[in-house]
Amino acid sequence: MKIHEYQAKEILRSYGVPVPKGKIASTVKEAEQAAQEIGLPVVVKAQIHAGGRGKGGGVKFAPTAKDVSQYASDILGMTLITHQTGPEGRLVKKVWIEAASNIKHEYYAGIVLDRASSKVTFMVSTEGGMEIEKVAEETPEKIMKVGVDASVGLQAFQAREMAFSLGLTGTAFKNAVTFFLALYDAYMGTDASLFEINPLVVTEEGDVLALDAKADFDNNALYRQKNIVPLRDLDEEEPLEIEAGKSGLNYIKLDGNIGCMVNGAGLAMGTMDIIKLTGGEPANFLDVGGSASAETVEQGFRIILSDKNVKAVLINIFGGIVRCDRVANGVIQAIKNINTKVPIVVRLQGTNAEEGKKLLEESGMNIIAATELKDSAEKVVATLGQTVSK
Amino acid sequence: MSVLVNKDTKLVVQGITGSEGGFHTQQMIEYGTNVVAGVTPGKGGQKFMDQVPVFDTVKDAVAKTGANASVIFVPPAFAADAVMEAADAGIELVVCITEGIPTLDMIKVHEFLKKRPKTTLIGPNCPGVITPGVAKIGIMPGFIHKPGKIGIISRSGTLTYEAVHQLGNAGFGQSTAIGIGGDPIIGTKHIDAVKLLNEDPDTEAIVLIGEIGGSDEETAAAYIAEHVKKPVVAFIAGQTAPAGKRMGHAGAIIAGGKGTAAEKMKALEAAGIHVVKSPAEIGNKMREVLG
Repeated sequence: MKIHEYQAKEILRSYGVPVPKGKIASTVKEAEQAAQEIGLPVVVKAQIHAGGRGKGGGVKFAPTAKDVSQYASDILGMTLITHQTGPEGRLVKKVWIEAASNIKHEYYAGIVLDRASSKVTFMVSTEGGMEIEKVAEETPEKIMKVGVDASVGLQAFQAREMAFSLGLTGTAFKNAVTFFLALYDAYMGTDASLFEINPLVVTEEGDVLALDAKADFDNNALYRQKNIVPLRDLDEEEPLEIEAGKSGLNYIKLDGNIGCMVNGAGLAMGTMDIIKLTGGEPANFLDVGGSASAETVEQGFRIILSDKNVKAVLINIFGGIVRCDRVANGVIQAIKNINTKVPIVVRLQGTNAEEGKKLLEESGMNIIAATELKDSAEKVVATLGQTVSK
Repeated sequence: MSVLVNKDTKLVVQGITGSEGGFHTQQMIEYGTNVVAGVTPGKGGQKFMDQVPVFDTVKDAVAKTGANASVIFVPPAFAADAVMEAADAGIELVVCITEGIPTLDMIKVHEFLKKRPKTTLIGPNCPGVITPGVAKIGIMPGFIHKPGKIGIISRSGTLTYEAVHQLGNAGFGQSTAIGIGGDPIIGTKHIDAVKLLNEDPDTEAIVLIGEIGGSDEETAAAYIAEHVKKPVVAFIAGQTAPAGKRMGHAGAIIAGGKGTAAEKMKALEAAGIHVVKSPAEIGNKMREVLG
């Protein structure tokens, strides 16, 4: 689960990670008041869940009160387009008004899960403000990585090594060590999956501050993170994905026109892949779970068909423990309740596949039955050809 | 004739009195798995289905029954604890079916298991391990499998069943099918499972099923290029998956442009592995490769 920069900074502050003073504002008036309280100059920052806000015109330095009013009114309500938002952009509803810092140098600090070593890994780099993926590719020697032993946590010597690797000395060095240790505590304490401080700045005064903050959290741990859950911003998510989540379905919207419903995540991805290989375009990823009951299938249908681009649907169920004849009855029931005209190809395989196929064929409904994966993809793509030609 | 699971497997089911645990224990017994014990803290002394003794702790179960393998059907909040309990009791093979365990819990489990090298963890978030005709530890439908010479390694459940089905159509059975799990932190990675099947004299060829996210397939590919003479057929799911979106499995995500299907397929092909683009071609490709 992602959150906004201002929310991430509030969390960091609560763990003792230094961040610049700031206030959130939803209106120009609130922005003006915030700037007055904080003291000029300030920075006006658009709050959306995407990077590249500065380049898109969503971050402005405001030395005067007049500038604050101007920029807040420009940014609030704008559709901000960055390399991470896609061409449709994202509507800005809030701005973060932050005290401008007297920056001496910019660095990078991040904490991620390193899957290869199965460790929480701390990364720092002298290349602050750059995209870290780019740095990793072009100049990997400029990133220092520290794998943390989970049984003892980040140690002070590791924090010192990182601060030394950035070339810090004196007050800035001491502050950086404190900063890193606190940042690690915040990561572990909130079940984060990503923290990115880019840039991390050292000011002329020797302060070490998180000038930006990006945070992502482990969805599996939200049950024990009561303070994180309310920070979710549904406006930043795809409405159909929210709807699916409510029914416990795993749905991701794509750009194609063949809807698909599959049991199991791997097979669901595989089904998308084979639709594409057969010449079609998948409209979504949807995992209905192992049991594929009539209720989940019906919910799945409603969600898939809410996407107006969908012109055909492929249901691919590999019945393991669940019997295909039961799945077939569920599918028939669901289609009756939904009453759709969209062609539907149903592939049932596994336990009682033949009985399931027979039930579908005898249902008198507009269902095309299939038993093999290849065959089902070809059938659904073919239906689309017919629809288009009409 | 197999890896991990064989006729000497004596299984303890952690969470045997739960609905999932109970149902699948019955299925495993019907398949022929030697289920010697169950564990549910506080329910020690009971009998499951009038035949399987239930213990309070895994240590008790091991002491009384000689259990050497465990399967875990414990809810996500308690599953990491269950894995560590099994390892601490000296269980050699721990199969964790549970989906939804917090990542930081699994990181601690990983450190814990390093100090207990005798224990092999499969999963979490996996269908389990089956040696067809002998025993199964997990939730996969036993009847679709046939004894044979192909080893299967997969991060996904139903996609494994699909591969088994196609291999069956092509006339091949399986030595052992290992569902390694869809989470970012798993006990046995592709490379570990490849090593096991490579050393198994009765596995003639390997099917490797991967998906987007992480770089475990690439690591396995490098090992295969160097050490594995047996033919390997591979499929990577998620060629059409968008970046930055978690595709059902916690571990199936292209992050920072890394972990794409294209990257993995390239690495596997470079290692001399027979990569199929279509998930429908796994069985056919194996037939072509083995002649």
